[in-house]
Amino acid sequence: MAAASAAAQHGRSVILLDDNPAAGGQIWRDGVQAPGHRIHDDESAARTQALQELDACGATLLFGYRVFDAGAPSTLYAVRETAADDEVLVLRYQKLILATGARERFLPFPGWTLPGVFGAGGLQALVKGGFPVHGKRIVVAGSGPLLLAVASHLQAYGAEIVCVAEQAHLSRLVPFAFALRSHPAKIRQGVRYRHTLRKTPYRTGCWPVSALADERTGMLRGIELSDGAKTWKQDCDLIACGFHLVPNTELASLLGCTLRDGFVEVDENQQTSISNIYCAGEPTGIAGLDAALLQGEIAGHSCAGHPGKALRTHNRAARIFAAQLQKAFQLRPELRSLAAPETIVCRCEDVPYRSLATRSSWTDAKLQTRCGMGPCQGRICGPATEMLFGWKMKSIRPPLFPVSVSAFCLSSAQQDLTQENA
Amino acid sequence: MPDYVTVWVNGTAMQLAPRSMVSAALLIAGIPCRKSETGEPRTALCGMGICFECRATVNGVQHRRTCQLTCRDGMIVETER
Repeated sequence: MAAASAAAQHGRSVILLDDNPAAGGQIWRDGVQAPGHRIHDDESAARTQALQELDACGATLLFGYRVFDAGAPSTLYAVRETAADDEVLVLRYQKLILATGARERFLPFPGWTLPGVFGAGGLQALVKGGFPVHGKRIVVAGSGPLLLAVASHLQAYGAEIVCVAEQAHLSRLVPFAFALRSHPAKIRQGVRYRHTLRKTPYRTGCWPVSALADERTGMLRGIELSDGAKTWKQDCDLIACGFHLVPNTELASLLGCTLRDGFVEVDENQQTSISNIYCAGEPTGIAGLDAALLQGEIAGHSCAGHPGKALRTHNRAARIFAAQLQKAFQLRPELRSLAAPETIVCRCEDVPYRSLATRSSWTDAKLQTRCGMGPCQGRICGPATEMLFGWKMKSIRPPLFPVSVSAFCLSSAQQDLTQENA
Repeated sequence: MPDYVTVWVNGTAMQLAPRSMVSAALLIAGIPCRKSETGEPRTALCGMGICFECRATVNGVQHRRTCQLTCRDGMIVETER
C-alpha cells in the first residue's frame, strides 16, 4: 500500500496486486467488526489514512490475485480464483516491488492438527472473517509480540483468554522491553495490550506440549503446557498458537533475488540484488507494521527515481528493531522434541515425525516421504523441519502455488496489461 | 447493506454477517473442510491463504481456499465428507 501510494505520487503508472480480498494486508485486514468495539484511535486513524491515500493515488488495485509464475523476463503471471474458473493475468513491468509479507511459524506437537487448534494470527484473521469467539475459552501460545496483540483482539470479540504462553524466557524479554525505549509508540501499544489483558496471566518460558481431545467426541478440550520443570493441563475451547513469523520469500527466490539468512537482501533504497526489483517489509526482516510501511514508502520513491534520505534514518532503527525481535523471541531447543513419533509434521501429505527422523535432508524427505509436496508447497512444514532437523528448503519452482492446469497452460493467453510498475 | 448473506453448506442454509469469509461459515457449522490423507478431519489453520487446510468445493469448483473467499448470497459450499 505504502509503496504503491509513494510510486504513484511521482506520476508513475502503478498496479497493485494483492492476494487478499481487500487492502490492508494481515495486520490491517478488513472484516467483521467486534460488536461495539472500536480499534484504538492511533491505529484506526493510520489505517484509514493509508487506505484513503491508496484509493486516491491513481494506482490500479487488483485484489484476489496471486502470482504463481515469473517465466519471461520482467513478467509475472497471476491467477484469480473466480466462481467458475481461474482467471489468468499477465503483467509486464519495468520496476517491481515485492511486499509479500510473512506467515506464522508452526511447530508440530501432539494434537496440533485437531480442529480447534489455529495459528495465533490465523485465529485473529478468521475472527475478522466472521468466526465468532464470544464466550470461548482460548489459550494463546507460541512466541512473539503477535501473541499479545492477538489475545487482546480476541478478548475484544468477547473471548475469555485463559492464558498467554510465551516460550521465550523472561531473561530475554526484559532486555528487549528495555530496548523498546527508543520506540515509544510500541511501548504504548504494549501497555495497552497488557491493560486490556490485565486479568489474563502472561506466562513466559512456557510452551504447549500437546493439544488434548475428548476421547468420546474427538473435540478439543484442553492443552498441556510446560515450563520445563512441570507440566500441567489447562481446559480450553480453542488454541491460538504460532511461533513468531517466517518471511514469504518464495517469489523473490523464484525471481533470483539474493537471500541472506533467509531474508531478501536489500540496500538502503530497498533495492534487491536485481536492479529493477525492490522489496519491502517482512521478507527483508521481521520488524512489524511500522517498518513495513516505512520501507514500502522508501521502495516506492526509489523505484520512481526519487530516493529520499530522510526516511533512511528511521529505517536503520527499524532494522535494529528486527534484530532485537529475533534475539528476544529466539526459539528454545526444547521445542524440537515436542513431536511424538506419530505426530503429523507435513499436514498436506500426513507425514509423521518418525518417517522424517531418518531422512538426511529436505530433498531426501520430499523424495522418500512426499513431505512438503502438497498444496502448501512446504510453507508450513518447511520452517518446522528447519527447526526440527536443520533442513534448508531448496528448489523454488513454478507454479509457486497450485493452479489449475488450464491456468498454467493459458498463462500467456488472457489479459495482457503493460504497465511501468507492478 | 443487507443484514446478512445466505450460503448453503452441505445443503443447509446459513446466514452470516456481510463480509464474512466462507471459512467462518464452516467453523460456525462445526464442519471440517476436508479429510486429510489418512482421514483426519481438518479445519482452517493459518487464516491467510497459506496452508490450504480450509479448502472446500465452492459453486462446484474444487480446492477453493475458503479463508480468502468472501461469502456471497446463494454460494454453494461442499466439504469433503
